[in-house]
Amino acid sequence: MGIAHLLAIRGANRDTGKSLDRNAHEDDNMIILFLQRIVLGLLTLVFVSGIVFVAVEALPGDACTAFLGRMAQGTRLENCRRDFGIERPALTRYAEWSLGALQGDLGMSLKRNKPISDVIGTRLRNTLVLGLSAALIGVPIAIFLGIIAGLSRDRPPDLWVSTIAIFAMTIPEFVSATLLVLIFSVWLGWLPGIVTTPPNAPLVEFLSDIILPIISLALVMTAHILRMVRTSVIDVMESDYVQMAQLKGVPYWRMVFRHVLPNALLPTINLVALTIAWLLGGVIVIEVVFNYPGLGRLTIDAISDRDLALVQAIALVLAAVYIGLNLFADLLTLLVNPRLRAMRI
Amino acid sequence: MSDAAIFRQENVFVKLLNVLADMVSRPSGLVGLSLVGFHIFLAIVSPALVPYDFTAMDSQAILSGPSAEHWLGTDNLGRDILTRTMLGGQQALLVTSVATVIAIAWGGMLGVMLGLIGGWLENIVMRLVDAFLAIPYILFLLLIVSVIGLSLGVLIPTLAFFYGIPVVRMSRAATHDVVALDYITAARARGESRTTIVKKELLPNVLDVLLVEAAMRWSWMLLAFSSLSFLGFGVAPPTADWGLMIAGARSFMSYAPWAVLAPVVALSSLIIGINLSADALAKALGIDRAQKAPV
Repeated sequence: MGIAHLLAIRGANRDTGKSLDRNAHEDDNMIILFLQRIVLGLLTLVFVSGIVFVAVEALPGDACTAFLGRMAQGTRLENCRRDFGIERPALTRYAEWSLGALQGDLGMSLKRNKPISDVIGTRLRNTLVLGLSAALIGVPIAIFLGIIAGLSRDRPPDLWVSTIAIFAMTIPEFVSATLLVLIFSVWLGWLPGIVTTPPNAPLVEFLSDIILPIISLALVMTAHILRMVRTSVIDVMESDYVQMAQLKGVPYWRMVFRHVLPNALLPTINLVALTIAWLLGGVIVIEVVFNYPGLGRLTIDAISDRDLALVQAIALVLAAVYIGLNLFADLLTLLVNPRLRAMRI
Repeated sequence: MSDAAIFRQENVFVKLLNVLADMVSRPSGLVGLSLVGFHIFLAIVSPALVPYDFTAMDSQAILSGPSAEHWLGTDNLGRDILTRTMLGGQQALLVTSVATVIAIAWGGMLGVMLGLIGGWLENIVMRLVDAFLAIPYILFLLLIVSVIGLSLGVLIPTLAFFYGIPVVRMSRAATHDVVALDYITAARARGESRTTIVKKELLPNVLDVLLVEAAMRWSWMLLAFSSLSFLGFGVAPPTADWGLMIAGARSFMSYAPWAVLAPVVALSSLIIGINLSADALAKALGIDRAQKAPV
């Protein structure tokens, strides 16, 4: 279903001049909506880059005073500032930084004396693996449990699932992660409680290490999605057409699979992408708890080292991932939900 | 009392009592309010009740288990865990409750203003809000705290600022809902001034949503605060704080699990209590929160 295909349909319909134009209208609209969303996403990213830069600028001192700390004086300070071009006006630096970021060059890390993109590269890979695995495992489980809970509303299965979900959702990630380590690593000894693999190692070596982090990370997200699916299923079960199907005598499971589920699962697509993006916040704490060499732990290290350039770059990368995932969710919802295609804006 | 009847109450105190009575009649409200009440009581009263000084180190009894002298055992520096657990919520509750009030105040006011005034100002500010929501707060919290310094004077405004941003969105949406209703138009037609409209028509209705939002914000902020402390960017040692305690006790988990479990239970019970209360409050005020967003 590419854009070319859509354009071809439009062309064909225009030639016939018949009232098949309604499809053309929808497809036209969809392309416009797609483009609007993408442009909006890019604008937000620019906005965010501005905010991040301004926020770091607004902090007392600059990258050099922060990094050098008590030794920030005299020639050492001047040299540092000259090396990193901090004397130039803010606007120039912002332009240079953002243009560089577009090409993948995020500047130099003060502490490690390496280009930031190198430092972030493998960490980003590790964090993405962690996040995506958590999502791939958590989402199906959440949907499955949510459906069960919704269908057995207020009966024992629902009560058990919902209660556990509430616990998972409200307890801070570091608490549930710590509890998991206590149970599975300390008492049962099944899984490692700390990740010792170096950051640049090939992904295969992380496999046994990341099971607990994945579970901890997935907990909150799974709980949220589960509750949403449950609510959605309950709403659909109470709707008119399902009641009608029940009255008509449609067998229960056929009704569930053909009428209830497709409609109940529609709104979850948006939430799924949003929650995946929200994982980014939890990932920092989880990576610290398990010592996982990803972007989250890098953030803490960078902040402890007062490596402002690195922190700035990480903020931008994280925001870009978040915006990108949001965009993906938006576009996916547009594709999947036919009713939205006829929208005016 | 039915929900509609609750709304019609003019007297604030009577309304408050009714809401509380409704909350307590539900199991979630009862449990939630008891937990929250217990923790607040503990935070206020505990300095008088604690058996030991929270900094007192007993080097004879490092990492000892629960015993007659130390009901919950001691930590790795020989400090009594029961004492530190009882005191551990003080900073958290103080910081988060003050910050929540500020967050709701500024977020609510800005949102209501935007909803009323509308126009290009509203559009720009909402774009800013969306942009801010795209950035993981914890990053900024960490950054600000690490550069400016670790103190209550930094934590409270920072938390209040970031957690007030989603409130802007919520109160603006609530204002939109209310403004569309006819009695606002009627009030305008009557010639009521803007401030009177805000005070008498808007605020009472937006307030309900804001109250529930406040409860949720409070619990998110507690989460953030304890995460910050856990990471070492919240309160500084030797202050007794649950997040700090968990971070410190983690290394000794294999032979001293009680040192971790005590603050874990304390922190979890408080957060769960707030969440249950928020749920019960929403039901008592007649607000449907099934579509609660994760932010």
